[in-house]
Amino acid sequence: MKEISTKLLVIGGGPGGYVAAIRAGQLGVPTVLAEGAQPGGTCLNIGCIPSKALIHAAHAFEQARHQAKGSPLGIRVADPGIDIAQTVHWKDGIVQRLTGGVGALLRKAGVQVLKGWAHIDDGKTVTVKPNEGEPVRVRCEHLLLATGSEPVELPSMPFGGAIWSSTQALSPDAIPKRLVVVGAGYIGLELGMAYRKLGADVTVVEAIDRVLPTYDPELTQPVLEALKKSGITLHLGCKVQGWDAKHGVHVRSDVKAEDFTLPADRVLVAVGRRPRTAGFGLESLQLDMAGRHVAIDAHCRTSMRNVWAIGDVTGEPMLAHRAMAQGECVAEQVAGKNRRFEPMAIPAVCFTDPEVVVAGRTPAEAKAAGIDCIEAHFPFAANGRAMTLESTTGFVRVVARKDNHLILGWQAVGGGVSELAAAFTQSIEMGARLEDVGHTIHAHPTLGEAVQEAALRALGQALHV
Amino acid sequence: MGIYVIRVPDIGEGIAEVELVAWHVKPGDAVVEDQHLADVMTDKATVEVPAHTHGKVLALGGAVGQVLAVGAELVRLEVEGEGNLKESSLLPPLGEGGDGGLPAMGAAAGRHAAAGPHPNPPPAGEGASATAGREKKSAPAPVQPAPAATERIASRAQPAAVARKEGDRPLASPAVRRRALDMGIDLRRVHGSGPAGRIEHADLDAYAAGGQTGAAGASPYVERHGEEQIPVIGLRRKIAQKMQEAKRRIPHFSYVEEVDVTELEALRQRLNAIHGAARGKLTLLPFLARALVLALREFPQVNARYDDEAGVVTRFEAVHLGIATQTDGGLMVPVLRHAEALDLWACAAGVARVAEGARTGKAARDELSGSTITITSLGTLGGIVTTPVINHPEVAIVGVNRIIERPMLRGGQVVARQLMNLSSSFDHRVVDGMDAARFIQAVRALLETPALLFVE
Repeated sequence: MKEISTKLLVIGGGPGGYVAAIRAGQLGVPTVLAEGAQPGGTCLNIGCIPSKALIHAAHAFEQARHQAKGSPLGIRVADPGIDIAQTVHWKDGIVQRLTGGVGALLRKAGVQVLKGWAHIDDGKTVTVKPNEGEPVRVRCEHLLLATGSEPVELPSMPFGGAIWSSTQALSPDAIPKRLVVVGAGYIGLELGMAYRKLGADVTVVEAIDRVLPTYDPELTQPVLEALKKSGITLHLGCKVQGWDAKHGVHVRSDVKAEDFTLPADRVLVAVGRRPRTAGFGLESLQLDMAGRHVAIDAHCRTSMRNVWAIGDVTGEPMLAHRAMAQGECVAEQVAGKNRRFEPMAIPAVCFTDPEVVVAGRTPAEAKAAGIDCIEAHFPFAANGRAMTLESTTGFVRVVARKDNHLILGWQAVGGGVSELAAAFTQSIEMGARLEDVGHTIHAHPTLGEAVQEAALRALGQALHV
Repeated sequence: MGIYVIRVPDIGEGIAEVELVAWHVKPGDAVVEDQHLADVMTDKATVEVPAHTHGKVLALGGAVGQVLAVGAELVRLEVEGEGNLKESSLLPPLGEGGDGGLPAMGAAAGRHAAAGPHPNPPPAGEGASATAGREKKSAPAPVQPAPAATERIASRAQPAAVARKEGDRPLASPAVRRRALDMGIDLRRVHGSGPAGRIEHADLDAYAAGGQTGAAGASPYVERHGEEQIPVIGLRRKIAQKMQEAKRRIPHFSYVEEVDVTELEALRQRLNAIHGAARGKLTLLPFLARALVLALREFPQVNARYDDEAGVVTRFEAVHLGIATQTDGGLMVPVLRHAEALDLWACAAGVARVAEGARTGKAARDELSGSTITITSLGTLGGIVTTPVINHPEVAIVGVNRIIERPMLRGGQVVARQLMNLSSSFDHRVVDGMDAARFIQAVRALLETPALLFVE
C-alpha cells in the first residue's frame, strides 16, 4: 500500500474541513484533505447553497404567478410556467462553480486532496480508499475530524423511493402534486414553503405543537401566519406512524387522540441531523463523546492529543459558518499559533418566507442568565423600504443590558432580514452599546433602518414609532 | 424517595449560631452515612458535620461565610424511604442549589471591586456601570448585586490580582481578542477603558507595558495596580470581632516592667541539662506560669472574668491559663486548665498539647474556652514592648518580650545580665493601676529569685 506522511490530515471536505485545509496550507503546514465526494460537503452540494437556489427559483416563480393574478404594481404576466429540470440544471451549475472553486482554492494553498473515503486506523494513521485504485495510508501528526452530519431517518420510513431526505428534495425530477413534510424545523419549512411556491400541495406534520420550535413564539408568529396564508396545511402536535404507497402517511394526533392518513406523492423527512461518527473507524479512538457528538474544548481539541474536531460532528449549532471559523481556529493552532474558538455570537438564519435571523441572546435567555435587560422591537410596517418591497411583516428586536446598554442579542423576522445577520453579529462582537448603533447613520431607505430604530427605541428615543 | 434534612447541630455551651467555613459536598453529590459534609465554626472550635444517612444532596443551606442559627437547615438530602421531612412541617425551600442559588450575602459583605478614580481599576462590572452612568444621563443607576460568597472565594483563588465576576467574559473586539492571544495575555486580567468596560487596543498595550515586570531585563521600578479583596470570614472574622469587642469595651491599662532573668535562665538551663532528656526541655513559659499562679494568690482580682453587662466580676481559685497561639488560620487562645496543679514539666507538656491542639484543630472544647488569665509571647520576635489586648471577658493579659544580655550596674560593677520585659494589660474598670503594678512586681520578684517559685 502506498504511504504518505503529512503534518495535518483533514477528514472531510465540507466547509469546516476545506477552510481548515486552505488556512493550514496558507500557513505552510503540509496538509492532506480526504474527501470521498465533491469538495464542499453537505453545505455546497446538498445543503445551504442548492436549497437557497431552489428557494430563490420558487420565489421568482411565485412572484410571477402573483403578478399574473392581477398585480397592484400594474405588472401583467400571462400564465407563467416552470421547467423544473431546467431549474435543477441551473442550481447544479451554481453548485459546480462553487465546488470547482473550492478545489481551485485548495490547490492554490498547496493542499493535497485525496479523493476517497477515510478509515481511521489510529490517531496518527488513516487509510484512504479511493472509489477506484489503490488505498493510500496517510501518517499524520495532527488529525482533524470534519465528518459533518447526516439526515436522521425515521425507522418507519427509510429514505428511498417516495421518501425524500433533503438531498432528494433538492434534485427533484418533477414537482410532486402532494408533498408531506415531516418536521417543522428550518429545513422542513424552507423546503416545504419552496415546494408550495412551486405549486405542490404541501402538508407539514410536526410532533411539537409549534413551528420552528427552537425559536421563540413571538419570532415565529409571522412565519406561522405566512404558512397559513400560503395554503400549507399544518398538523402540529402530531406524530408520523408510518407510510404505505397506497394510502400515504399515517399520522396520530396527540391533542385530538385520533389517527388519520395524509395522501402523498412524496414525503420529505426533515426531523433533524445527527453527527456522522460511525462507519470510518472513529470508535477505535475511543474519544470522549458528549451525547451523540464528539466532545471538544475551547480549542476544538478532542480527548486525544493532536486529534481535533470541528463542525457538525461536534454537535449543535450545526452551521457551516461555525465549522468554518472552527476550521480556521484549528489550522492556526496546528501552525503554532495560540487560538481559541470563543465567539460572542454565532448567528443563525432560517430562509423561510419571511426569513428569521438571530444572533446572541434572546430576552428569555438573557433573563435566564440572570441579566437585567431591556428589549425593544421595531416593526417593518413602519419601515419605508419594507413597504416598497411589499414585505411589511415582521420586526427587528434588540436585547441589551439595562445597566450599561451593552447589546446582548438581536432577533429579526421579515423579508430579506438574513442580510442583517452581519450587522447584528458585528455589533455584538465589537461590544457595541445601544447608543453605538442608535447614533450610527443607517442609509435610508433600507431595512437596516429598523436596526437603528430598534436600538433607539430601547433607549426611549425612537423617531418613527 | 423522601427528603431528609440535616440541621445545624447543637454544639453545646449555649452556642446559638455557627459560621459556615467550608463545604465538602455540592448539590447532586451522593453521600454516605458519616461522610463529612461541612465545617462550621463556633466561637472557638471548628466542628465537622457528618451525614446522618445515605442520600443525595439536593440543596445546601448557605454559602461559606454565612452565619446560621443552631437548628437551621444545613443540608437537604434525597434519601431512600421516607426521610424526616413531613408535608405538614415543610419548611420554606432552600435556594435552588448550586452557586447561583445560594443566598447572597448582605451588603455588608465585601464588594468585589472598588470603582473610582484609581488609574487602573479592576475590570469588574461596577466600574463599567459607573462609566455608563456618567456618560448617559438616562442610564439607570448601576446596580450590582453583591456576589455570593462562594464566588468571592473562587475569584480569590484565581491567580489574577483582578477579580472579575465568574462567568463574565471580558468585553473586547475580535481584533483585540486575537491580538491578546498572540501576545499570550489573558484578557480577564486586563482593565477595559472603553464603553461598558470594553478592552481596547490601548488597554492591551498598557497591560503589556506594565504587566511584564517578571520578564528578564524589564525595569523593576514600575507602578503596580493590583488589588485583592480578601473576605474576612471564619476564624479571621472571629478574631476581628473579639479584638474589636475587647478594645471597644475594655479601657486597657498597660504596664511594662524589666525583669532580670539571669538566675532564672541559669536555673532553666541547669534543669534542662539534668532533666531535659527524660522530662523534656523547659522554656521560660512554665516558670512564668508558676510565677503567675503564686502571685495571683495575693491578687485574686487579676484572675477573674468581668461580665460587664451583669456587673459581676467572678474571681477564680483555679488558674486556667489562656495561651495565645499562632495557627495557620490566625490567632487562637487554647486553655491550659488548672495550671496551679501542674509542676514545671506538666505545665510545659500541657502548653505544648493545647497549642498543638489549636494548630491542628483537634483541641477539645474545654481546651478552647474558660481561661481566667492569658499569657502571650512572640518568642524570639518578642521585641522590647508590646501592648497586649485583653482576652475578653478576662481582666488581665501578660506578655513576655525578648531576653537580651545587657550591661548592668551591680554593686558598682558593670556586669552582663539577662534582661527581659514583661508587657501587661489590665481591665482598668476592675483592676486599679496600683494593684496591677504590685501584681507585676510580685511576678518580677518571683522570677528574679527563682527559688521562691518552689516555696509554698
